[in-house]
Amino acid sequence: MRTLILSLALTLLALPLRAYEVEEHVRFPSERAGPELRVISTADVDLFTPFILGFQARNPGISVDYYMVSSSEIEIALTEDGAQFDLAISSAMDQQLRLANDGLVQSYRSTATASLPTWARWRDRVFAFTQEPAAIVLSRADFEGLPLPRTRQDLITALREHPERFQGRIGTYDVRESGLGYLFATQDGRSSETFWRLTQVIGGLGPRLYCCSSDMIEDTASGRIAVAYNVLGSYAQAREDLHDRIHVIAPEDFTTVLMRTVVIPVAAEQPAAAGLFIDHLIENVWFEDSGRFAFPGITSDSLTENASLRPIQLGPGLLVYLDRLKRQQFMEEWEAAMVQPG
Amino acid sequence: MRRAFHAPRSIRRRLTLQLVTGAALIALVLFVIVFNFARQIGSESQDRILAASAASILDETSVISGRIAIDIPYSAFSMLDNASDDRVFYRITRDGAGLTGYDDLPAAAQAGAAPGFDTVRFRGEDLRVATLSRRLSIGGTPVQIAVTVGQTRDALADVLSRILRVTVILGIGFFAASAMLAVLAGQSTANSLRRLAGSVSRRGPQDLRPVVAEVPSEMRPLVASLNSLIARLSTALTRTEDFIAEAAHRVRTPLATVRAHAENTLRRVDKEENRVALREMIRAIDESSRAAGQLLDHAMVSIRADQLDLSPVALNALVGELVDRLRPVADLKDMDLRYRGDGPLEILGDPILIQNAVRNLLDNAIKYAPADTPIRVTLTHQGRSAVLTIQDEGIGFPESGAAHLTGRFARGENAAGVIGSGLGLTIADEVARAHHGKLTVANTQGGPGACVRLSFPLR
Repeated sequence: MRTLILSLALTLLALPLRAYEVEEHVRFPSERAGPELRVISTADVDLFTPFILGFQARNPGISVDYYMVSSSEIEIALTEDGAQFDLAISSAMDQQLRLANDGLVQSYRSTATASLPTWARWRDRVFAFTQEPAAIVLSRADFEGLPLPRTRQDLITALREHPERFQGRIGTYDVRESGLGYLFATQDGRSSETFWRLTQVIGGLGPRLYCCSSDMIEDTASGRIAVAYNVLGSYAQAREDLHDRIHVIAPEDFTTVLMRTVVIPVAAEQPAAAGLFIDHLIENVWFEDSGRFAFPGITSDSLTENASLRPIQLGPGLLVYLDRLKRQQFMEEWEAAMVQPG
Repeated sequence: MRRAFHAPRSIRRRLTLQLVTGAALIALVLFVIVFNFARQIGSESQDRILAASAASILDETSVISGRIAIDIPYSAFSMLDNASDDRVFYRITRDGAGLTGYDDLPAAAQAGAAPGFDTVRFRGEDLRVATLSRRLSIGGTPVQIAVTVGQTRDALADVLSRILRVTVILGIGFFAASAMLAVLAGQSTANSLRRLAGSVSRRGPQDLRPVVAEVPSEMRPLVASLNSLIARLSTALTRTEDFIAEAAHRVRTPLATVRAHAENTLRRVDKEENRVALREMIRAIDESSRAAGQLLDHAMVSIRADQLDLSPVALNALVGELVDRLRPVADLKDMDLRYRGDGPLEILGDPILIQNAVRNLLDNAIKYAPADTPIRVTLTHQGRSAVLTIQDEGIGFPESGAAHLTGRFARGENAAGVIGSGLGLTIADEVARAHHGKLTVANTQGGPGACVRLSFPLR
């Protein structure tokens, strides 16, 4: 069923020219005539399809037009291009928060949003529906005979001791392209100085830079790279077919936890349907036992139990690294460390 | 509703209204002051955080190798995070030209190195902005770096609405408590007046002593004038009683003298027409004497009945004594005055008034009944009453009924030939009423003559 829809609706080549880049476009038609919900999202279509089908089962008559983009494209689409979408779903919390802060999203209230803890919503405009850790993914083959690194410091030690094994085989986000990568990197930099040392070490080994978590996971599994740093743990967990080839490590010194958020842009033409979709996400992802789904919810209990989890606060502090000068400065430092000559 | 605009007639109401109005005014003033104070404090605390945020940005602004480097600390904005998730805007300028941030954010006017604050309209919302600036030098050229941090005021509005709720409850509570106290104050004032009124009205009829009850100082003038009124009333009453006694004496004594002279003269005069004239004269004198006596009796009864001086009266003894005293008068008409009384019947009453009433009734019987007929006086105990019955065998009361005869100066139509003022029954009736008793007049059943019954409740 899913593959049928996917194959029917894969139209990424047929898209008209847009300033923002769409990676994948899938249409989920409804059985009955009704409103069409235009969703722009950073979530992989494969992973997100069950939620959309679940939503349509509860709300027959609403068809969903799903555009999958990289995280920086959402902001371009909604601000510079003025594209019309009913929902924007992103893992880049900082950009979602800035959209809300700048008045580009609508407020929405329902019993479902009211049931969210206050730290999981902002101004009744930004709603979190998952909590996902930034993980380190290791290739089982390459760590044969080596102790598994539990912390960043362990990883640094392993990389320094076996440079020949890891040369050119470290992957991480290219923060210049990926909004999520930038968010992870800036939060890491905020949390600990170890991040910069690790960046130096990775930079010295000629790293491969990626746009997306799924690519990094697949390359690690295939043996193309040995270590993928700052990968969405949820994606890695979801790829059960690869678990015999990879380790998914939540660093014990600290694990950055991001919240995937959803907003309704001001230009939304179907805000009511968008609201229903938000309710569905909150009820099915945030509160339900998420074992069946690709996005694991981290309960507030597990947050207090595990002191190493550092959730990214949904608040105005996120605006700091979006500042033009701050970003420029961070990029310079990052490039200096990561993209080393030779 | 016109009434509402006039001062109410009741002291309690007026006092309560004034106090309640006062309490409402104070509650209102309290509310305004507390609310404004809270708003000021709330506004000041937001200003302080905004200024701290701007200062922390300015602290991280420096010149590095001829370039302005601004490293906004994470805390600069995270410190602005609050429960209401207020929106945050900022702008950093160099000599007025935007370096970074929101280019259209207005800055606050600033005096010297102190932060400037302003409330501006930005993107459809009220924004509180703080602006702080600092002079830096790039290669000897001074430049002015200004940092403006703005935040919406939702949190402040939230806090204010909470304070507003508390303040309203406080104001209403204060008002309710004050209003309750006002009602109590009104009541206690009214109570001290009521206590005075009670102590005055509870007094016995003869009690004309001045009031000595403890009263609030404001009521002392009232008590003083009340006491002065009582004193004057007491004097006036004494004077009236004295006057009645004096008048009785003054009128009766000369009349008796004149009658004695007339009788003497009658004995000496032989000429029939002179004798007739003298007899007319004696008759007129008797009538005057009796009328004067009854008028004075009536006046006495009126005064004493208003303030009855109750004491135990042995009715049997009192009536027996009167019968004995009037027997000579009855003997003159060859009447048989017979008295039979039940054992000692005691009532509460004014002996002088009861004496007056019984004497007038006996007097009437002797006067109106024909000579040589018996008059039976009986005193019996009937239920809870003592009943005095006076029965004669005279002409009786007129057929038209006897009820109206107790009215003042009313005389039976068939009594034209007898001397009388018409006050006898009236006096007896008033005395009976004053003692919660009853006077009934009727003709004797199955026989000639009148039957008068005077009843008094027993002790």
